[in-house]
Amino acid sequence: MTVTATRSIAVPAAKEKAHPHKPGDRPFGPLRIAAFAVLLLLAIGWLLPFLWAVATAFKTETDAASGDPGWIGASGPTTDAFTAIMSQGNVWLWAGNSLLTSAVITAITLAISALAAYAFSRLDFAGRKWLFAVVIAGIVVPPQAIIIPLFYQMLAFNMVDTYWGLILPQVVVPAMVFILKQFFDGVPIELEDAARVDGAGRFRIFWSIVLPLSRPILAAVAIFVFIGAWNNFLWPFLVINDTTLMTLPVGLQTVISAYGVQYAQVMAQAVLAALPLIAVFLVFQKQIVKGVATTGFGGT
Amino acid sequence: MTTAPQTARATGKGPTTGASTRAIVTGTSGPGRHEAKGRREQLVSWAFLAPFMIAFVLFLVWPIIHGIYLSFTDQSLTGTGGGLVGFANYAEALADPTMWRSMGNTLWFTVLSTIPLVLIALVMAVLVDRGIPGQWLWRLSFFMPFLLASTVISQIWVWIFNPQIGAANNVLEAFGMEPIAWLQNADTNMYAIVIATVWWTVGFNFLLYLAALQNIPAQQYEAASLDGAGPWRQLWSITIPQLGPATVLIVMLQVLASLKLFDQAYQMLGGVSSDTTRSIVQYMYEAGFVGYRFGFSAAISYIFFALIVVIGVAQALVVSRRRNLR
Repeated sequence: MTVTATRSIAVPAAKEKAHPHKPGDRPFGPLRIAAFAVLLLLAIGWLLPFLWAVATAFKTETDAASGDPGWIGASGPTTDAFTAIMSQGNVWLWAGNSLLTSAVITAITLAISALAAYAFSRLDFAGRKWLFAVVIAGIVVPPQAIIIPLFYQMLAFNMVDTYWGLILPQVVVPAMVFILKQFFDGVPIELEDAARVDGAGRFRIFWSIVLPLSRPILAAVAIFVFIGAWNNFLWPFLVINDTTLMTLPVGLQTVISAYGVQYAQVMAQAVLAALPLIAVFLVFQKQIVKGVATTGFGGT
Repeated sequence: MTTAPQTARATGKGPTTGASTRAIVTGTSGPGRHEAKGRREQLVSWAFLAPFMIAFVLFLVWPIIHGIYLSFTDQSLTGTGGGLVGFANYAEALADPTMWRSMGNTLWFTVLSTIPLVLIALVMAVLVDRGIPGQWLWRLSFFMPFLLASTVISQIWVWIFNPQIGAANNVLEAFGMEPIAWLQNADTNMYAIVIATVWWTVGFNFLLYLAALQNIPAQQYEAASLDGAGPWRQLWSITIPQLGPATVLIVMLQVLASLKLFDQAYQMLGGVSSDTTRSIVQYMYEAGFVGYRFGFSAAISYIFFALIVVIGVAQALVVSRRRNLR
């Protein structure tokens, strides 16, 4: 019954543009002004921590450590912290590792999940229901609960401290198979039947009919897998010890433990690591907002 | 490519069983159906399934099975041991006050974080859904923290909670209160982690609520409005009840997410293990990767797994019982 609860959200009814204001609201009534004020307070509360971090990143270390709460330090704004970090070299390496591994994880997850989801949605084979139930059961397995045997396995495969050791365990996301299967179930079968009469094979149909129709859901899944991989901490932290192979979150963590007292630099790092994702959000805002609604069941 | 199987069409199938269009019509149905399928369809199916299923077995199914075996051994990370010890690891874990302490911390964090993470998200979504100008700004401010890595949010909040120069104490002082050593003090470190977590992850629930709100038919509001119901009345008699299923889902997802506490708690304390914040996942990590006791750590991970399953099933039962009562 979890699924029923989800689907009311997961498959939003086609609806017109959000109503400018609910009926019964006067455009400038006192209630609307109160609502605006509360929203503004909440937004300030949610933005302040990040703005503080940005402000501190532009201070000198002395100003940052002084405890003066002003937005601009006594010695004026400076980009020293950013220059210091970037000259350390490793930050770019880590960002590159994060980009590479997250992109590969996203590509593999998307490919293997879509293929499996299509088989579960459209193909008839012995044990289909049974196998699908097993995959769905995989959704409830908390990744943290299997890190010990998984690490042991990586030792056996000689994959500790390799990109593949970092990537492969992250490509198994049963929730994505479930989400994609739900979507494929809704794609009209008639389109495929027509292609089959013309002699198209299963893979041709999947590749040139089903996938193009599924672009929005594929985008939503891709964005979420990418963000999850980019931010993942526990597994990369365990499986990578070689500084040159670290992802950004794990690498930054080692620097912070080593130079924890340089507040301006620590904040500059936080800001730099956050920027790519803020850019992603600004560009893909619509897909992300929709994606949360569709992938909510399997997210987090 | 042969066209013979394609011309032999099964008839009378529902629209969603397109997979069976390749079936050769034999007149049989039910259990005998599979024998009638072309072998080709089976092969094609497995070609589609193989990449995912191989990864699924290698990196999910096998670790679960192997982990159960490990939990009955005294395997260490350094390679020594590995002999079967029966239920010794489980017996030790269940008699271990630190394990129960970690379990308690995890449950306490789940309670402390779930309540604000659901309520604040609801307030945000209801207000934003009223169409107040600045939609992109509200969405950006509430959801952006969710996109940040645990490392980044931990750094920001460690600095905010810094006892000498942190902004949190500036705020307290502005209200005439004494400064606190938030993260260093055993009485307050859990609250500090909860505050950071609420800021970090509320945006996800906010977007779930927003999607649910947009599914409420506008006619319901129009009808209520014609009956003379004001905004408050509409909120209590339409919006909140209509959000019921979404709230159930959001609470369930949030509880399961909160039970997995590790990243931010570990990093905000700089890896220090505090009796008041150590979660069950952190205890598992410490047993395996600090204490090198893989067998014992595997036993704890199955206790954690059991906790997740028990709470998940309990929630599902409560929900289904409530449905039946209605």
